[in-house]
Amino acid sequence: MAERTQKPKSTGRTDDTVEVDTDAAPAATEAGEKLKAELDDLLDEIDGVLETNAEDFVKSYVQKGGQ
Amino acid sequence: MALPKVCGIETEYGIIVRGGESNPVSASSLLINAYVARITDRGESRTGWDFNDEQPGSDARGFSLDDVVVPELETSLVNAVLTNGARYYVDHAHPEISNPEVTTAIDAVRFDRAAEEIIRLSVEAANLQLAQGSGSARGSEIVVYKNNSDGKGNSYGCHENYLLARQTPFGRLASQITPHFVTRQVFCGAGKVGTEVTGADNDSVPFQLSQRADFFEEEIGLETTLKRPIVNTRDEPHADAQKYRRLHVIVGDANMSEVATYLKVGTTQIVLSMIEDDVLGDEWLLAHPVPAIRQVSHDPLLAATIMLADGRRATALEVQWGLFEMAKKYEQHHGLASVGEEAGRDLLARWERVLTGLESDPGSVASWVDWVAKRRLVDGYAERHSISPGDARLKAIDLQYHDLRPDRCLARRAGLETLISPGDVAAATREPPTTTRAYFRGRCLAKYPEAIVAANWDSMVFDAGREPLSRVPMMEPLRGTAEHVARLIDESATAAELLARLGS
Repeated sequence: MAERTQKPKSTGRTDDTVEVDTDAAPAATEAGEKLKAELDDLLDEIDGVLETNAEDFVKSYVQKGGQ
Repeated sequence: MALPKVCGIETEYGIIVRGGESNPVSASSLLINAYVARITDRGESRTGWDFNDEQPGSDARGFSLDDVVVPELETSLVNAVLTNGARYYVDHAHPEISNPEVTTAIDAVRFDRAAEEIIRLSVEAANLQLAQGSGSARGSEIVVYKNNSDGKGNSYGCHENYLLARQTPFGRLASQITPHFVTRQVFCGAGKVGTEVTGADNDSVPFQLSQRADFFEEEIGLETTLKRPIVNTRDEPHADAQKYRRLHVIVGDANMSEVATYLKVGTTQIVLSMIEDDVLGDEWLLAHPVPAIRQVSHDPLLAATIMLADGRRATALEVQWGLFEMAKKYEQHHGLASVGEEAGRDLLARWERVLTGLESDPGSVASWVDWVAKRRLVDGYAERHSISPGDARLKAIDLQYHDLRPDRCLARRAGLETLISPGDVAAATREPPTTTRAYFRGRCLAKYPEAIVAANWDSMVFDAGREPLSRVPMMEPLRGTAEHVARLIDESATAAELLARLGS
């Protein structure tokens, strides 16, 4: 079995390692909540603009092959 | 020293006619003619394309198929050259825009966005004609998609082109660029619901990174429409063939994300520069590129490993990290003049950021990476409505992500970061780039439209009112820039004056 290559991550990149501070966890949760709220809004919007008959739309989307 | 990485993107768009008879060739022609009529005072004064120097059958491996294959270019179809230096035409039943030559990745993005805007304006003009028309077409509507597959096994391309020194050995170029082409899809894949691998159940892959990966069956070859190769050998430099080659890249997806286009072009410019300077080496060569490109695409968890030529295994991200680290060293030892020093530093920073993000939490780069943004919509929608893979609504989301109607386009709603302002996009639909020969092409078309009989990538034919017609060759992609000819064009009131001054 061949060896897995070592990730260059640990050897090459040096300068900008992010320090994890203790407040990061709640901040991340907050950011996660915000992301989820954004996604919810987006999904509401998709419900509004998505082709009404998805099945027909998908079936009728036929292209000739190109390059 | 690597040559400046002059480059350009050409995109074939998907097209449908809703509520009418759907003939993609006539719909594409209508689209382009409507646009040309809209931008010119007189529809008939547009400039045609000049096919004199086209040889798509020439193979970089040293032979020519021009005598045995039917030319791929159908000269009778609609074909226009625009004042921004682009070519707008019908190719293989698709509207296609070949963007002008540029020198930086950010300019490639600018003209890619301009092409989308040209399509939007074309659709508006064409649909106005259809609304006013008579017969069965009345009231039908053209819709255009910037994607690369219909989900049913038919693919159409978004190609990139890069200028290289002729002396770069093609064999080395082909083998060393392949690892990048197979793995760069982790950040520039446009995402796809389902698979189109021949014989596979469409729903056996719920979601994959790339639109195009399913369609590649060879490592290297001349074909572009069947048995597509990862490295295309078309040897048609559209420039001095003694000095240059043009690498015609057919393996990429059309991106909705501007940052994805930026990274796709910019990282490829850098990797090609390293190959040209022969510093990339063979460390990341792949053992089996064709299965690998699908394997990487079919693995949104980014965990699968592919076999390298020396027997090691690596994930696509590890290959990308390897290439990135070499690029950083290259920047330190050689500089990045070939892509622009400042542009190069920004590219490296973003390249590192996208790999870091993909490795730790792909969701963190949803504003950059199309497949991540699309997958978020597909998965979120499936969860909300309790839909299982294979449902038509998920495929509809996939298609509609690429819908170029602003009020329908899902990519526009997905929170993608933009790099180009709307004003700059609008200007780029009309004005050429300043740093290549496209400047001369575009400015002449804008200033002397009556005097230009035909134009193509490497020449222009003028009718300045005397016999014979004058052909101005443009075999050097980096001549005819604003720096060289802006004053000359500014000061020449007529084409005859311009030609006289060019000749003197």
